[in-house]
Formats: sequence, C-alpha cells, structure tokens
Amino acid sequence: MQPNVVSLISIGRHPQSGRARRAEQDGRGVELGLKLAGAKLSVLHVGNPEEPVLRQYAGMGLSAMTVLKQDETVDAVPALSDYLQQEKIDIVLTGVRSESGESSGMVPYLLAEKLGWPVVARVADIVSIKDGVAEVLLALPRGQRRSVTVKLPFIASVDNAAAPARQSAFGPGQRVRMESVNTHGEVDQIRVDWQEAPAKPRPKRLKTVKAKTAADRFKAATAKPQGGSGKVMKNESAAEKAKAIFDLLIEENVIR
Amino acid sequence: MSDIIRRDPRREWIARNRLHPLHDSVVNAVQGEVRGPSGLLRKNPHQVGFIGPNGIKRIDRLKGNGAEGVGNKRSAANQETVLPLHKVEHPDFFIVVVPDMVGGRLSSHDKDILGLAHSMASSMEGKGAVVAVCFGESKEEHFDLAGVDRLIHLPESEYEGFAPEARLTALTHIESQLAPKHWLFPDSIHGGSDLGSRLAARLGERPATQAWQVSSEKTVCRGAGGSLDITRQTPRILMLLEECGEAIDETRHEALAIEMDGISVSEPALQDKGLMDVDPSAIPLAEAKFILSAGNGIHNWDQFHKAATILGATEGASRVAVDDGFMPRFRQVGATGTWVTARVYLAVGISGAIQHMQGIGQCDKVVAINTDAGCDMVKRAALSVIGDSEKILAELMLLAQARKKGSQEEQSDAA
Repeated sequence: MQPNVVSLISIGRHPQSGRARRAEQDGRGVELGLKLAGAKLSVLHVGNPEEPVLRQYAGMGLSAMTVLKQDETVDAVPALSDYLQQEKIDIVLTGVRSESGESSGMVPYLLAEKLGWPVVARVADIVSIKDGVAEVLLALPRGQRRSVTVKLPFIASVDNAAAPARQSAFGPGQRVRMESVNTHGEVDQIRVDWQEAPAKPRPKRLKTVKAKTAADRFKAATAKPQGGSGKVMKNESAAEKAKAIFDLLIEENVIR
Repeated sequence: MSDIIRRDPRREWIARNRLHPLHDSVVNAVQGEVRGPSGLLRKNPHQVGFIGPNGIKRIDRLKGNGAEGVGNKRSAANQETVLPLHKVEHPDFFIVVVPDMVGGRLSSHDKDILGLAHSMASSMEGKGAVVAVCFGESKEEHFDLAGVDRLIHLPESEYEGFAPEARLTALTHIESQLAPKHWLFPDSIHGGSDLGSRLAARLGERPATQAWQVSSEKTVCRGAGGSLDITRQTPRILMLLEECGEAIDETRHEALAIEMDGISVSEPALQDKGLMDVDPSAIPLAEAKFILSAGNGIHNWDQFHKAATILGATEGASRVAVDDGFMPRFRQVGATGTWVTARVYLAVGISGAIQHMQGIGQCDKVVAINTDAGCDMVKRAALSVIGDSEKILAELMLLAQARKKGSQEEQSDAA
C-alpha cells in the first residue's frame, strides 16, 4: 500500500542572483515524496497560483498541484492546517527553512502542534514504511545518520542531505493542472511592525588581547602559540604508546 | 622616656656590613624618602638591586617585564588568578539558556550565548540569573567560568542522546516553574534550533530565529535565506547564530544547582534506533569527526589504509604525500587543501609545516606519531608519540580489533 504523502513547496530564492527559483530543500522534499508515493504524491503550495516558479516543481513529473490562494502578507499556517485536516494524510514533507520571507523554519512545528502529530526534523531519507510505522534516517552534523522509527501520520522536514531534486522538464511542467482553492486568512499583524533591510555582512570577531602591560601585549602579538601542555611519550614500548592513543580515541568518543 | 634616642650598635654594624645576612631587612626598616641637606631626594645606591647567588650585585631594570625565567615560570603557574565572583542571591527574573553541549561540553557557540544572556540581564531592570539547562551526561567542569548562575542538570537516561520530546517536556516543566523572561537557544544543527522551535510551537510564542544582534529591546535576525536583516522587538524565545555575543571571561559565577522534580516523561513518538554505520571515506573531509592523516613519514601505505578502515577514520594527507602521488588531491589537509574541523586529528609522520597547521587550526585534539620529537606537530599535539609509525599503527589496529570483537561477543551474549 502506498502512503498518502503531501509535499509542501515554497518559492525559493537563488542565493547569488536573488531570482525566484525552485527552493533547494523543497525540491528534495518533492523528490522524496515521488520516491515514496510515486504518481499519487500531492503537492501543496500556499500563495499565488500564477507564480511561474511553481511550474519548475510541476516539471518534476507531477500530474496535478494544489494551490491555496492567499496574499503574501497572510499567515499560511491556519490555511494549511485546515486543508491538511480535511484530507487523509500519512506524511507531510517540508523543507527545513524557506528561502523567502521570515525563513524561521517554524511551519512544520506549528502544523504538528495544531494537528497533534509528531515532527521529525532534518530527514535525510525515509527508508521504509511498514504496518503504519516509518523508519526514518536523520541527517546529523559531520555526515552522521541516525535511524528513528515513528508512527504515521507525521511531519518531516527534509534536510540538504536528502537525495537532490531531479531535473525539471519545462513543457510537461507547463501542462500540469493547477487546482486553486480559495482561502481566507488574517494578515500577520506581528510582522507588520518589522523593519526589513538587505542583509549586512556580519562583522568578523577580532582577537582581543586583554593584557595589562605593554610587554604582555607585545608577547601576545608576536609569540608563536605554544601547546606546551601536550604529553610526549618517548621511551615506552610500542604497545604502551598505542594504548595511550587508543584510550584518548575512546575518551573523545570517536571510536565505537 | 621617649625623647631619649637610643642607639643600637649591633644594628648599625649590620647596616654597614653589606654581606651580613640580615643587612637587607635592617636597611629596609628605614623606609620612606630621604632628603639631603639641600632638600633634594636622595637615592641610596646600595639599596638598589640584590646580591645574586654568586655574591655579585644584580640590578633588575626590567620592572618585572622581562622574559620569565625557569624559576619564575613555576611560581606563575601556581598563582592562578581568582576571578571575582558574580553573585545573584535572590533573582528577580531568569534567563534560561539551553546549550547544545556537543560531546558533553559547552561549545564556543554556547559560551557566546551565555555571555549574551548576561549582557541582556544587565540591561534589564532588577537582578537576573542566567540558568543553563543541561541534558544527559556532562563532561563540562567550568560552568562557573562560562557564566552560569544556576544550573539545571537532568542526567536521567531518558534525556540522553536523541530525545527531543522528553527534553521538550522538561522545558515546559521549567517554564511553569521559573517563568523565565527569555529562552535562548543556539540556532545550530546540533539540536538547538529543533528544540527551540518545538518549545516555541508548544508555548505559542513567535520566536526570533537566526538572530545575531540582540539587545533587551531590539533584535536583528536574518531572514529570506540569509539575504534579509529583520529588525524587530526582542521576543521571549530566541535562536541565536554563532558569535552573537561575547563570552564571559572576567567573572566567576555560582552555578548553583536547581532541582527539578516531578517531570513525567511519556512514551516518545520518535523511537531512537541508534546511529547508523556511515562509511567514513564518504564523509567530506571538512566535516569529518576523526581524521587519520598521513605524511612523509609513512612508508607502508597498505597498512595505513587498513588502519583507517579498522579505526573508522576518514583519511587525510599532507601536501608531500599528495604530491608524491600516494593520496588523491581532495584528501589534502592544509592551506591549499581542506581546512578540517575534526574532533580528533591523528597525524602520522607529519612534521607540521605552517600551511598544514593552519588547516588543522580548528581541530580539538591533535595526536602526533612521529620520529622527531622536536617538530612543530609535536608542539601542537595534545598527545605525541615518538617512535616508528609502522609498529604503533600495527598495535593500534590490534587494540581496535580486540575491542570490536569484545563488543560483538557482548551483543551475542545479550541476544
């Protein structure tokens, strides 16, 4: 039995040119959805149904797409949770963070809280779904993976470590049927007060030397950094030396 | 009686005799400035300096700024400066920081956030205490120096490892007990941003994420994939980027434990099945956790590759090893290769050119295996082993194999 999977998509932004594009993580979410549900995957967007970028997602081999029609200033979460509650859904896939707007990454958490589902953050892959339980691989820092099982239904945010999105085909993308649903939501009042400006480069932290005397400052500016505290083993046997290294590796938890 | 001036002939004699052992103390007893008959300030040239160990007079004109000698160094090491203690006896409010504690220790990101919490607390009315919440086993010894006024340590096994739901339950309990003014989380991939988002959704607060400039009123955070700066009022829950504040380094703090009882953790929906075995050679060198790196001192390359497989280490190499064709270019560590961030960097037969040392600048622990005890890598290393790398690697492989076998037997016993 194939699960009912919904991929939520947003409008991305190219980091260099600033042009609208298929968002990196959302594309991976659609790719993962296609792997799980194939042609049955439903793809959901909140915003303007006329947006040309949506066709880039559609060109990944989708048959239809649902757009909840909404203005940009309106909060997307209530409309989304209302829509998701109506359908019978097993898995909702989102990106970790959007590339436009506030990009707080809160959408999966807010949806999960409203729907009462568990949320799995930073998914690299969904390995299997058996008897209503999914085995999920989480992407950890340093290229590590953690295996987690979770009961359906759940919400997962897809990490950059997931399989990359396939190439989008222009023509088929243009022909995909867009179902637009009218919703009414409230304008996000908190956001109205915010001031937005293009991002300034962050100042680099300077190495401050808190020295009391001129000689100390001079030493801090010129002296070679000395480890000094390192342990040196010279005359022990090779086995003892290897044991010392091995103990350090175990202590630092790099060997399992 | 007091008018009569009494002479002490013995003291006068000692004062005349510069070689007398009590000479210094007698002369120094006459303190204060001495004026000559014309009112000029006179210096006693005999009092300047001291008699050296071989009876020659020495005058120290460096006023304590000279290079520290061997004897002085030891005393300086013993004199550990005690920083002033910052005390908060009856806090008016709390600011709770939930550090990542990667590897059980406070990272620099965590310390920056603790420092920021203090700067926020000092700019608000009343006396605030900074509370750190620490889950699972902790190896950190210096909570006091990092700026923790109160510490909530939950070492129970249900919070260990991957347990976002149990941790969220604990945080909501703390919220009901302390009602903190702010919650600060690191916006990191180590779980800080996940936990912060969960708490914000549970409490119905709107958090500031990717915040990098925070005062008690205004917060500047990144939006739209890092291309936008959003200036807004400081919310209750903040997720902060790296280098958002200055770490505490001039005060000591109490780090008093707060006991949290009565947290009932229900069965989590996410069941942790443990870490997967990842092929270490597939991990990018820049983010590998454990690197076994080879240099000019390696002669048995088959053994080196075998050692990396058995130890589960990602392979690295110095420039010489790459130029000689023993390792591919993408394995090169250093200024022209990859800048690595490994937790343990095991350098075999690398003497440590400055370009290589730059590349490993961010590594926590460096272990050197080398035949030359005077090389730069040995100076940088936390543990250096002087000897033939081939023999030591062979012994290391034996140890690793024995450990693997032992754990397998344990598993089969348990099954």
